[in-house]
Amino acid sequence: MTVMSYIQAVTTAIKEEMERDDQVFVLGEDVGKKGGVFKATEGLYDQFGEARVLDTPLAESAIAGVGIGAAMYGKRPIAEMQFADFIMPAVNQIISEAAKIRYRSNNDWTCPITIRAPYGGGIHGALYHSQSIEAIFANQPGLKIVMPSTPYDVKGLLKSSIRDNDPVLFLEHKRAYRLLKENVPEEDYTIPIGEADVKREGSDITVITYGLCVHFALQAAERLEEEGIDAHILDLRTIYPLDQEAIIEAAKKTGKVLLVTEDNKEGSIIGEVAAIIGENCLFDLDAPIKRLAGPDVPSMPYAPTMEKHFMMNPDKIEKAMKELADF
Amino acid sequence: MTIENITMPQLGESVTEGTINSWLVKEGDHVNKYDPIADIMTDKVNAEVPSSFTGVIKEIITEEGTTIKVGDVMCSIEVEESDSETQTETSAKQEEKATEETATKQEDTSMKNRYSPAVLRLAQENDIDLQRVDGTGAGGRITRKDIEKVIQEGQPAAETVSQEEPKPVAPKAPSAPVQSSAGDVEIPVTGVRKAIAANMVRAKQEIPHAWMTVEVDVTDLVSYRKQIKDTFKQQEGFNLTYFAFFVKAVAQALKEYPELNSTWAEDKIIQRKDVHLSIAVAKDDQLFVPVIKHADEKSVKGIARDIFDLAMKARNGKLTSDDMSGGTFTVNNTGSFGSVSSMGIINHPQAAILQVESIVKRPVIINDMFAARDMVNLSLSLDHRVLDGLVCGKFLARVKEILEGMNEDTLSVY
Repeated sequence: MTVMSYIQAVTTAIKEEMERDDQVFVLGEDVGKKGGVFKATEGLYDQFGEARVLDTPLAESAIAGVGIGAAMYGKRPIAEMQFADFIMPAVNQIISEAAKIRYRSNNDWTCPITIRAPYGGGIHGALYHSQSIEAIFANQPGLKIVMPSTPYDVKGLLKSSIRDNDPVLFLEHKRAYRLLKENVPEEDYTIPIGEADVKREGSDITVITYGLCVHFALQAAERLEEEGIDAHILDLRTIYPLDQEAIIEAAKKTGKVLLVTEDNKEGSIIGEVAAIIGENCLFDLDAPIKRLAGPDVPSMPYAPTMEKHFMMNPDKIEKAMKELADF
Repeated sequence: MTIENITMPQLGESVTEGTINSWLVKEGDHVNKYDPIADIMTDKVNAEVPSSFTGVIKEIITEEGTTIKVGDVMCSIEVEESDSETQTETSAKQEEKATEETATKQEDTSMKNRYSPAVLRLAQENDIDLQRVDGTGAGGRITRKDIEKVIQEGQPAAETVSQEEPKPVAPKAPSAPVQSSAGDVEIPVTGVRKAIAANMVRAKQEIPHAWMTVEVDVTDLVSYRKQIKDTFKQQEGFNLTYFAFFVKAVAQALKEYPELNSTWAEDKIIQRKDVHLSIAVAKDDQLFVPVIKHADEKSVKGIARDIFDLAMKARNGKLTSDDMSGGTFTVNNTGSFGSVSSMGIINHPQAAILQVESIVKRPVIINDMFAARDMVNLSLSLDHRVLDGLVCGKFLARVKEILEGMNEDTLSVY
């Protein structure tokens, strides 16, 4: 076991997979010599050389497209979008090509690409460096979306994503990169994609969330414990396809459900989670299903006060949890 | 003089902590706002931290070489300008909060009878009487946890002396069951019949009924309607019934005597603002009471159309629950069966029902002479908890006055 930050877990997973399988390679903007703007690929260029750690032009469509082509040819590319916000030019490649190639070719072709992208705000990054983009991709059968919340989950899930025979969008919260640290086993392990995880057992209210918000919810739960409120926290981990069984079980456990996302509220992932609960748990519900999310404004603002207003934090979650517990 | 803290600033995206490389000031130094006070190092950058205030460095809290989180205190500084407002503000806020808390502690039971699906299901499965469960949720709501506790601990036996005023209890049917003998036909009681029975029993047992009847001379109205009914039917495509005129008169009188447009609510009487008149419509063995909404705002023609539409819907089984809900007073057209006198059962939870009987030509004495007049009886059943004879008498007199004044000169059906 070593204490590892969230971003070190990313680097470690990539490094170990590159050592294990020489079909694995990295491509993206500044991922080579510089080691990535966040240092996610630090040291890989020196260890594996320029043939397996490719600096690309500033052309996201090409990064995705080249990766998809290589993947179809048998390689296992890890494509980095420098910021999730920049993924837009690559949407066509990801949705129309990567996600559909297995279906379109009746299993003749597969596309085992992993596309990594740092998302999320709270880092004073403003409009082009703070967005949550998962909802755009979350109704594309053929594509998986993984959004881990802890360094342990990062290592296990990123390895699973690289080894997966279909395209995976791997979204890392950039604020979590250096904020979250924990003990991570040095040995090789994987965590199955598509499984949610109970991060805290409780009996009063259920909080279902993903990504950095899991961390905030855990902090809020700790504070509320002093008031005698016992929260059950489910981390979705994979947000497409959703782990319906785990969601239903967690919702039924307390009958009071709070759903949290940093994304804009309307049309976000948690709306789908609410629908699953609504369809399956009516007679176990003890309160309306509550959603806590970012406001429906175009993007995270730059001014610190405005950013704070937009961004999720433990205080907001604590307040919503308290209200639901009191209901 | 106040003490302010200087905290570790956020230096760059994804940076969450920083290390103090070296302090550029020491305790007791005077600094101006924006003067650099320390050199710090993060994962991404090295930078100088400027002072956010002008004042004297009071205490250096974080030692050189120590790593702290963004937002943690680095040092404190004694600032010159006073800033006492914040303090009084916070204390005022605290007081406010305290009073708020005591206020909410007072029994709020507005949610006591609102049950969530989970609570209803658990109560049903475990045969729990929700009236006897104390709710710990907002507004006295019974939460799922409350029920789970009751299930675990068992429900306390019903108190022998109930504090509530004993509810009128239906006298139990004679203990010997009713037997049918040979040749009798047994008709099973189905949904609608069952519902009618339950409503009637409830209304009759809960409401202390009283009755009164007035006689109305509608000779003018009869002749007026005769004049126009055929043209009306041709133009509008539906019948201009007498009933529409009666509904119109009642709606108008209700506006003037809102006491009758009300509901008994245990500790208060609720007078309804809107006049929504329920009318009784029979179909085979079923009885419906659809509602003419805002009858007081409609012309005779508008009311006639509503009656026609609602009756058609009832006959075709197309009535919606919206059509049937919201009534504040009922007008019952018993005259259509030939009845000349009847005592209606009030449509619970309304306060009164008016039976409009048959119009019958009868000899009447006017100015000491016999005259053949079209007469009709209006029979009112009233909830004696809400209403007394005086106001009902006035109301009926007003309905009578309106109806007797209806003729071709005073009234337009449009």
